Amino acid sequence: MHDVHDFEDVKIPIGPQHPALKEPESFLISLRGEKITASSVRLGYNHRGIEKACEERTYTQGLYLIERICGICSHSHSTCFVQAVEEIAGIEITARAKYLRTLIGELERIHSHLLWLGVAGHEIGFDTLLMYTWRDREVVMDLLATLTGNRVNYGINTVGGVRRDISHKQKEEVLKAIDILEERTKYYIDLAKGETTLIKRLQGVGVLSHEDAEKLDAVGPTARASGIERDVRKDDPYAAYGELDFKVISVNSCDVYGRTLVRLGELMESFSLVRQVIRKIPDGSILVKSARKVPAGEAVSRYEAPRGEDLHYVRANGTEKPDRVKVRAPTLANIQSVSKMLEDRYLADMPIVIAAIDPCFSCTDRLVAVRDTKNKGSNTVVWETIRLQGIEWYKNKGIDFTSLNEKLTKLS
Amino acid sequence: MSRPGKITRLLIQSLFKKPATVNYPAKRSGMPEGFRGKLKFNPQMCIGCKMCMRDCPSGAIEIRKIGEKQFEAEVNLAKCIYCGQCVDSCLKHALEITAEFELAKLDPAQLKVILNVVNKDSLEE
Ligand code: SF4
Ligand code: SF4
Repeated sequence: MHDVHDFEDVKIPIGPQHPALKEPESFLISLRGEKITASSVRLGYNHRGIEKACEERTYTQGLYLIERICGICSHSHSTCFVQAVEEIAGIEITARAKYLRTLIGELERIHSHLLWLGVAGHEIGFDTLLMYTWRDREVVMDLLATLTGNRVNYGINTVGGVRRDISHKQKEEVLKAIDILEERTKYYIDLAKGETTLIKRLQGVGVLSHEDAEKLDAVGPTARASGIERDVRKDDPYAAYGELDFKVISVNSCDVYGRTLVRLGELMESFSLVRQVIRKIPDGSILVKSARKVPAGEAVSRYEAPRGEDLHYVRANGTEKPDRVKVRAPTLANIQSVSKMLEDRYLADMPIVIAAIDPCFSCTDRLVAVRDTKNKGSNTVVWETIRLQGIEWYKNKGIDFTSLNEKLTKLS
Repeated sequence: MSRPGKITRLLIQSLFKKPATVNYPAKRSGMPEGFRGKLKFNPQMCIGCKMCMRDCPSGAIEIRKIGEKQFEAEVNLAKCIYCGQCVDSCLKHALEITAEFELAKLDPAQLKVILNVVNKDSLEE
């Protein structure tokens, strides 16, 4: 008979509902006692076919779809995409448009990092922090709504520039809001450095050594908390970043606490960036007229989203619609390091470790590769076949969408 | 120096402050100027070029000819993503965006609004 004290490894599937954030992905965890011995992550639960859908839309229409890849870094994706299109079309946008894109980008970073701070607080049972950070985040959300016309999907970018200018009154509003936010952030930095429970809970948790971060190609705050000074804004300046003065925040603690400090530090840098933009923004037009058709060509564009480097590839074929669009969201670059961070750690640390890379799983889901084990090799399946297969698959499960489809057609 | 319960002071201070939330819908804070909500259509200015339809990312707007040089717009509020692209695309300034955002309806049929000269109601809506 087995001795009950001899622990065998236990395997637990976690997901497809996220243990921390409300997004679908699943983890398979191997446990010995309380400790994780191995883990694997599986994505692909929320594939939305956005890349394919972009091929069916004009560049203008696609931009609004691309913006909806992420509900937090929407401006990141739309800027990244539009930069690629402008490169192919050979459009040089005006300086004012560049500054405006930078302004919205930094405000977005502020709202994203404050949101993260709240989520992190929630994951470690510090819900008070969640309540206060999210209250303060409303200041920047209102500001974004005033400047762009929406809280989340700003719709400020367009091929050739931006769609809305900033007025003198709005500039004042921005500065006023930034003052409030800076004061609040100073308080949170003070709190992060002085609250014992927070420090004890986060220090030494989710360790990702400098070497591992290099090897696994971590990006964004995850990489910067492991001592890698990697930031697209500095390494390959886009928009107005080349003309602005800012520091890349990095620490060497390699743990979740470090990731918290990096994000808080970046908030302070963002405030300074916003002030510089308001001070330096040149006069002029915000839009360069461009043709609807984009000449054949291809381009890769990089953008430092709040979560790390975002990458878009666009191939044009001379028509109004792109030939191919490829999106690599920052989470895909960071997800590999999660397994490393979890290794030999306690199960209870899992939610905060995952939350610490600030994941966006739905944004990451781009492609599902189904391996055909019977007939080795690959084959290409066309769009329509996949659609019909999907309908058939559901029918076999007893779910028939025909009536629903009819209802939908009636609605539209 | 670090100590536990550092946030307590803020908590106690907050007890004596007004709540941060608004008692919606009894109270409304309103939307900022330039907020992108429901569309407004000015039939007199429309020339029926359909540029708005061509650029709309969600196929939410339809321009129909209802008479000699007369057009009406049908907007599907459920499909519209309130991006305002149609407003930008219209060279005749026949479309306008308003800050109206409370557009939910119980009856799906009411989500389709027709904006034309005869239908004065929906013009103001
Ligand atoms: S773009 Fe303007 S003028 Fe042309 S059909 Fe639409 S509303 Fe009418
Ligand atoms: S606001 Fe956008 S989604 Fe709505 S009708 Fe206009 S273009 Fe279409």
